[in-house]
This record gives sequence, C-alpha cells and structure tokens, in this order.
Amino acid sequence: MSASFERGVDAIRQAIDAPIASYFASCVHCGLCADACLFYTETGDPRYTPINKVEPMKRIWRQEFTLLGRITRLLGLVQPVTDEELAEWSRLTYDACSMCGRCSLVCPVGNDITYMIRKFREGLSLAGHAPPGVIDATRRTIELGSPMGVKLQTLMAQIKRQEAETGLEIPLDKVGADYLALLSSMEIVNYPEYLGALARVFHQAGVSWTLSTDAYEATNSGIQIGQSDLAAKVVQRIVDAAEKLGVKTVISPECGHAFMALRFEGPNLIGRRYKFDVVHILELLDQLRADGRIRFKGRDPRPLTYHDPCQIARRGGVIDPPRRLLGEIAENFQEMHETGKWNWCCGGGGGVSANDRAEELKLKSFKVKKRQLDELEVTTVVTSCANCRITFEEALEHYNMPVEVIGLAEMVADHLDAEEVNND
Amino acid sequence: MKDDSVLAYLKARGISRRGFLKFCAATTSMMALPPTMTAAVAQALATAQRPSVIWLSFQECTGCTESLTRSHSPSIERLIFDAISLDYHHTLMAASGEAAERARHEAMEKFHGRYLLLVDGSVPVKDGGVYSTIAGMTNLEMLKETAAGAAAIINIGTCAAYGGIPEARPNPTGAVPVSAIVKDKPIINVPGCPPIPVAITGVVAHYLTFGTVPELDSRQRPTAFYGDTIHDRCYRRPFYDRGLFAESFDDEGARKGWCLFKLGCRGPTTHNACATTKWNQGTSFPIQSGHGCIGCSEPHFWDTGSFYKAISVPTGPFAPAATAAAAAGAVAGGAMMLRNRHAKEKAVEAKQPVSPDDLEK
Amino acid sequence: MSDVEFLMWVRGPGLVMAFAIFVFGLILRLIEVYSLGHKPDLAPAREVTPGSPWRTMFTRSAPADGLLKKAPVLYIGGYIFHLGLFITFFLFIPHIEFLRNAIGIGWPGLPTPVVDFVAVITLLTLVLTLTVRIADPVKRFLSNADDYVGWTLTFLPVLTGWMAYHHFMLPYTWMLAIHIFTVMLLLIALPFGKLGHFFTLFISRWYNGNNFARKGVAS
Repeated sequence: MSASFERGVDAIRQAIDAPIASYFASCVHCGLCADACLFYTETGDPRYTPINKVEPMKRIWRQEFTLLGRITRLLGLVQPVTDEELAEWSRLTYDACSMCGRCSLVCPVGNDITYMIRKFREGLSLAGHAPPGVIDATRRTIELGSPMGVKLQTLMAQIKRQEAETGLEIPLDKVGADYLALLSSMEIVNYPEYLGALARVFHQAGVSWTLSTDAYEATNSGIQIGQSDLAAKVVQRIVDAAEKLGVKTVISPECGHAFMALRFEGPNLIGRRYKFDVVHILELLDQLRADGRIRFKGRDPRPLTYHDPCQIARRGGVIDPPRRLLGEIAENFQEMHETGKWNWCCGGGGGVSANDRAEELKLKSFKVKKRQLDELEVTTVVTSCANCRITFEEALEHYNMPVEVIGLAEMVADHLDAEEVNND
Repeated sequence: MKDDSVLAYLKARGISRRGFLKFCAATTSMMALPPTMTAAVAQALATAQRPSVIWLSFQECTGCTESLTRSHSPSIERLIFDAISLDYHHTLMAASGEAAERARHEAMEKFHGRYLLLVDGSVPVKDGGVYSTIAGMTNLEMLKETAAGAAAIINIGTCAAYGGIPEARPNPTGAVPVSAIVKDKPIINVPGCPPIPVAITGVVAHYLTFGTVPELDSRQRPTAFYGDTIHDRCYRRPFYDRGLFAESFDDEGARKGWCLFKLGCRGPTTHNACATTKWNQGTSFPIQSGHGCIGCSEPHFWDTGSFYKAISVPTGPFAPAATAAAAAGAVAGGAMMLRNRHAKEKAVEAKQPVSPDDLEK
Repeated sequence: MSDVEFLMWVRGPGLVMAFAIFVFGLILRLIEVYSLGHKPDLAPAREVTPGSPWRTMFTRSAPADGLLKKAPVLYIGGYIFHLGLFITFFLFIPHIEFLRNAIGIGWPGLPTPVVDFVAVITLLTLVLTLTVRIADPVKRFLSNADDYVGWTLTFLPVLTGWMAYHHFMLPYTWMLAIHIFTVMLLLIALPFGKLGHFFTLFISRWYNGNNFARKGVAS
C-alpha cells in the first residue's frame, strides 16, 4: 500500500467532527491568530496565518458536509481540493507550525486551530505530503523504536555511564515498581544526565521506580506527523510494558509531545483507558517537594529564566510546578514577559526540528525567543523539554547569544540536600 | 352684457372692494405665493369669468362635499365656492332626475374645453362597471363622456385620487382612481378622507387666478398643501425625537401629549396639511385630539395594517411560516446528518492499516 | 410597485419569508455541525482545573495577552460596533415595539438621541474596520466574498435605519421600506456564512474551553 490523494481525503473526512465544523463555521477572518503565531510574526508572510494553514480542510468541510456547500459544488461554483494544493499546504501545515497552541488560546470565536492542524495532518500524511525528514523520523520510530534510531544497546550504554557517575542503580524491568520512567531519544543521546538526575531524586525520595527495555522511548513521531495509527503503535508499546510491569504511574520525560501523546491523546489512540496514571516528571518532582520527600540545599546564583515548553505548559497544564521548584533552587529567577500559558514557542516542536526543509524558517521564528531574552538580563534558560533545549542551543549559537540552556530535572537533582541522601 | 366676473359677483353679494382685496391677500398666502403676487391675484380675479364646474360623484360617501360645505361661518372657502358656477352636483343642485342630466349636458356643450371637472368617489370597473350607475349610466361611461371636454380634472378626496375605501382589499367592485381611466387631461389630486376644505378651494382659487394647475408633486398633489408630511410639521415631533411615546390611549404619556407613533400614527408616511392648517378653521387635528393620524390622504391607507400598530412593525404572522421553516430545517438537517454520517462511515470502512510505507507515494 | 405597496410587502410577507429562511438556516446549521459528532475523550480530565468550557464561552471575548496593543482597532472597534449593533437594534424604542409585536414581550429602551448617536458611531466604526480589513496584509489575504458581503449586509440596516429616522435623502415611506428590506437580506444571509458566528461561536468556544480545561488550562 502507498500514500494516495484518496486516502488522504478520506482521512480528513474521518477527522472532521462537530468541533471542527463549529470552528470553520465561526471563523470571521479577523487575523488575530496570525499575531499569536511566531511563524507569522517573525516573517510577516500572511500565508502563515494559522487558520490559513487548514484552508483545504475548510473547503472539504464546506463542500461535503454542508447543504449550501454541496449545492455550490453541484453548480460548479466552487472547485474541490486537489492533490497539488495538499502538497502546497504541506509547507504551511508542517514547516510553519509546531502545534504550540497559541492560536487556539487567542482566537476570539474560540477556534482550536491546533486541533485542526493535528487532524489536517492525518490527511496530508496519508496523501504522501508529510515532509521527508518527518517521514524518516516516523519510519525510524516504528521500525527501530526511536526517531533518532537509538537502539537498546545505546540506552544500555548510557545507563551504565549514569550508574557509574551517580553511584546508584538504575532499575530495569522491575515488576511491581510504582513508577515506570520513560525517556526521549533526544535525552538519551544529548542529555543523558536526565537519567542520572532521576536516579538521584528517586533515591533520596525513596521512590520505587524502573525503566523498561520493552518501552523506553516516549517521543511520539506519529503525533508529530499526524498519523493516528502509527502514533497508537508507539503508545501501545508503552501501555503494554507498563501494564506488564504493573506500575501505578508512568512518568513522561522532559519532552513536550511525548507528554501530550501519552497523557492526553494516548487513550483515544488505543481506544481504551490505561490501568495506570501518567504524570510529567515536573509534576512528580513538585509533588515530592510538597510532600517533603526531597529537600534542597543551596540556590543557583545565575540570573535565569524559564521557557515553558508548549505541550507541557499551555497544552498540558503543567505551569506552576516548575515555578515552585525554581522558587526553591534559584536565587535570581526572572519571568519572561509572556509567561506560563502565554509563553512563546521555541519553534522546534511538532515535527519542525525533524524537518530539514524548515530549518531556515525555524531559525527565523526563534527571533521571538531572542527578543524575550533580550528583554531580560539572564545568562541561563531553564526548560523541561529536550527538543526545546536542542532548538535553543542551535539557535542561540546561530544568533551568537551567550546564554546557556539547562534542564530543570537535572537542576533539581543538582540541588538535592546531600546530607539527606541515604547511602545503601 | 352681463358682467359675470368674479368681482361683479362678489360685489352683488355685498362684498366691498376692500373685502375683496383682503380675500385676495388671504388667497395669495394660502397658496404659498409671495405677498407681492396679491396685486396679480386681484387683477386676475377681478376680470376672471366665473368658470363652469361640473362635479361628478361616483363611489363616495359625500364626506368630501360635507367637508367643503360644513363651514359654519362665512369664510374664504365659502367665497371661493360661491365664485364658481357649480352647474352639476348631486347633493347641492336644485334640479334632479332628467333635468339634472340635461343641465350637465348643456354645461358640457356651452363651455366645451373650458369647464372644470371635479370628481369625488372611485370608479368601479368590474363586471362592466355595474356597481355604480347614475341615470342608467355607469360611472365609467359618465366619467369618460364628461372628461372629454374638461379643461382640467380635480380629484376631490382619496377615493377619486387613489381609489380610497372602495379600493381596499378585497376591492369587490374593481374600484380604480380617476387617473386610471382618464389619461389625456391635466389632473390634480386633492386627497384626504375627506380633504381639508381649504385644500379644495385653494386649488380652485389658483385655477381661477392663473388658469393653470398649481405646482404638483409626483402624485399630482398640490405641493402647497401636500408638500410636507404630518410628521414634518407635527407639534409633537420633539417627543418623537426624544423617544417619548404614549403606550396606550389615556395613559400618562398620552395625557402629557407625547408622540403617538407607537399607537399607530401614520404621520411620517402621510402627506397633508393637517398639522399646519388643521380642521374646522384651525381648531384641531386628530393628533392634537390624541388619536394617531390614519394616513387618509395616501394611497392604500386602508390596507396598511391595524391603525393602532406603528407603521414600522411587522404584520406577520410569523408563527406558521417559522414553524414550517423549522420543520424544513430539521428535515434538511436530518438529510445532511444521514449524508454526513454515511460519508464518515465510508471513509472509516475504506481505511487500511497504516505502516510507514503508507506515508510515501 | 408604489412606496406604500413595497412597505406593506416588506413588513408583511417579505419579513415573514426572511425570518422563515433564517429559522431554516439556523436549525440546518446546528444539525449540520452537531451531526458530525464528537468522540468522547478517554483520557482522564484533570480533577482540579482553572478552566471551564462554560466560562470560556464568555471570557474569550476579552483581549488575549499582549494582543490589545498589537491589534487595538480590531478589538476596540469590534467591541464598539458589536455593542452598537446591540444597542441600536435592541434598545431603540421603535425596534422594541417591532419585537413586541413579533414575540409578545417588550422592554424599556434608551432615549432616541442616544441611539442616534450610537448608530453614527457604529457606522463610522464599521467603515474603520473595513478599512483595516483592506489595509492589513493578513486580513486582506484572508478576506473573501463572504467577508465583504457580510460587512455590507451588516452596514446597510444601520445606515438605512439612520437615514429613515432622519428622513434623509428619500421620502420616509421608501426609506423605511428599504430599511426593512435590508434587514430581510441580513436575516436571510445570517445563518449561512461567517455571520453565523453569532450563534456558532458559543459552540466553538465551548469545545475549545473544554479541551483546555481538561488539560488544566483556563482559556
């Protein structure tokens, strides 16, 4: 089987539901969504107006699912959507959108454009118009288990390294543990300290946890390319492992879309509720802090700020926990001007960072983050998403900005009160 | 030769020259002419011959004649009326029967091309016009016959001008205005149900003075009397402008003399002189008495819905059509629902399992 | 057709027909939208959330963070002309009388000179928003016939109503009839294009607010 225009359009038909119909019916072309989208504000290109990115889906809705639309189509007053148009729109819907959700928060008539982008990608992907870079990442996710091609042996090597560095054991496949921790390829390859941080925190807090060799990858490329069946495969892998191990809770790592995929889309993808809860690592860290199971010593003296990863904050509701944690371990924490659910996207999420075609546009869109940082006097940006971290690092280098980026989980681990650590 | 001029006639009735000039001044101002024209009016009237006037009454209630003749003290109207030679009028002439018809034909012959034809009442045309006949002749025939030699036709009252009450729905007699029958003569409409007396006599006075029809609007009404709407000259207008309306008859607003728009006043859409000239020698007019104008000088005034509902409110009824439309909407919606569900189901059925190969063509 | 006959038609069968089409379109659009269904969300909603779909239905009218400064004409102009439309339609005594005759209930209105003033402000603001729609690159890019026709059908009733009240230009009977006719056109178009947002926005805001609320975000 291969991609085809018909399969793509069928996927769009399947995806169009009452919310989407209400959104298209309500849009008054006010253009406010453009003012909320970093891809528009940093380029001035009106085609990047969020609602425009789903225009072909609107035409399909109107021409097929409304009486007036069907009549105008019958009379030849409107043209049906073509494959060429879907190909053209790929550059808008994939390259120029990270599914950050700002447009959905801003629209005066309440349109959830992010939701529509997500559904429109279902059609674009099966029509064969997903960007090549994203297709490759998805293929690797399904066939190899990781979008970056990280195999189990790579993970094992990193586990060994972190065990050596921390002097702690990292449990594997422990049946009956309370928590199953997941990782993202980006962390395994670029930020393996995350794993060590987990070990240190859970050791002090006395948390019973484990990794699983059957399911360690949380990054869900299926969500990013927008193909539900493939996304479901990734989730199912995790669900099977978690339920086999009988854990109470699965911890989503410092990766934005992983959290969105597992916590909010997952049950709908596999068609049933989980037998476990899902939390983001920040939620767990905050809970441990609140329960007094981890205590802190010393504060980071650097002037720093926090970047809210879109899928975790605005689209995931984890906004206060990082701030409470930073409140304990940072001395000079400055909020960005737009903060919390209003913070700006880094521009790399939603498949953009896997999309080589979109490299230039991604760097251009980062100027909004540059502006936010220029307003402050900070040396450091703290965040909780590995993809944001790599996007920041690459862009900061491109713009020659002397700012460093660190992960919050690691920072928390670095400030644990060492006297509290129980050595086995 | 007998001097049949207007002046002579008036003199014979004991009107002094001074009185005559006063009358001319009053006529001039009544016709909204500049005061300098008084001399011309006097000159014209002094030498004008009393014109022959034939007054035909068709489907009418005689209210127009009553309006004109109910002046209860000697007045300008009276004078004008007396200044013409009324050679034929059902109610007012002494003769009747064959003698009356003979008088009409004599006037038509003697003054052919020069007599004034005044008409009140509408003309029925349905079923050959049998619904109103005089001396065995239908109104339609009589009008055509008499109009042929007239110098001009003055339609007195809304019935003759626009069809009036007989023309109101369902118009069983096929009533039409005079202008629907006579197309080749100068026509002046003096509408009203009845018209204000001075509007009638003002037109006649103008004709006497100048021998021409006065300035008319697009409905052939003399602008001197019908140029403004009641609303434009209504003394209650400030209350309309402020939004102070009587809600019901004799409520507080009504007693305070507030605007009667909500009680159905047709002032805004009615052209007449009632608000300025008023009735009964300037005594009052309907609005001043507390009742809204019913628009009696306008065409189709009887068919504009309830007189007690404002002219701008919908006449409806909405419920039947809206219910049918709701049902139709539900049916159309139901059809779309079935179609939409079917389209989605078809898309689901056509769905194949997806592997990474399916992402590329 | 004479002026009186046109007036009698628009306020009689004309309005009845227009209102019927409006009702038809409203019900059709509601069923068209809801019939597409919405799969229940199997992911558990956050138990404690600052968000609420019912609140979003109304709070979404407030300007988004930082955007009032970026798009002041859109927000403030939008508030003004929407409020102006509401006031001129629902709080003008002859209109209240109109509705009282149609639906059986009335309510107090504002003094007519106030409504007159509001109507003028509304007209000017509508012209301003149209200018911005044409001048701003994003809005110009997005706009199509639906937007321009929708603007015109909204503008004309206010304009002709103002002209009728002031007996401006045409004789009152014509002006009143034309005013009611423009309202007919508006009623007919209302449920079908973007103007339908007057009722569909409550649906879209609810779904949006619900989505965010389940995730723990007030929107």
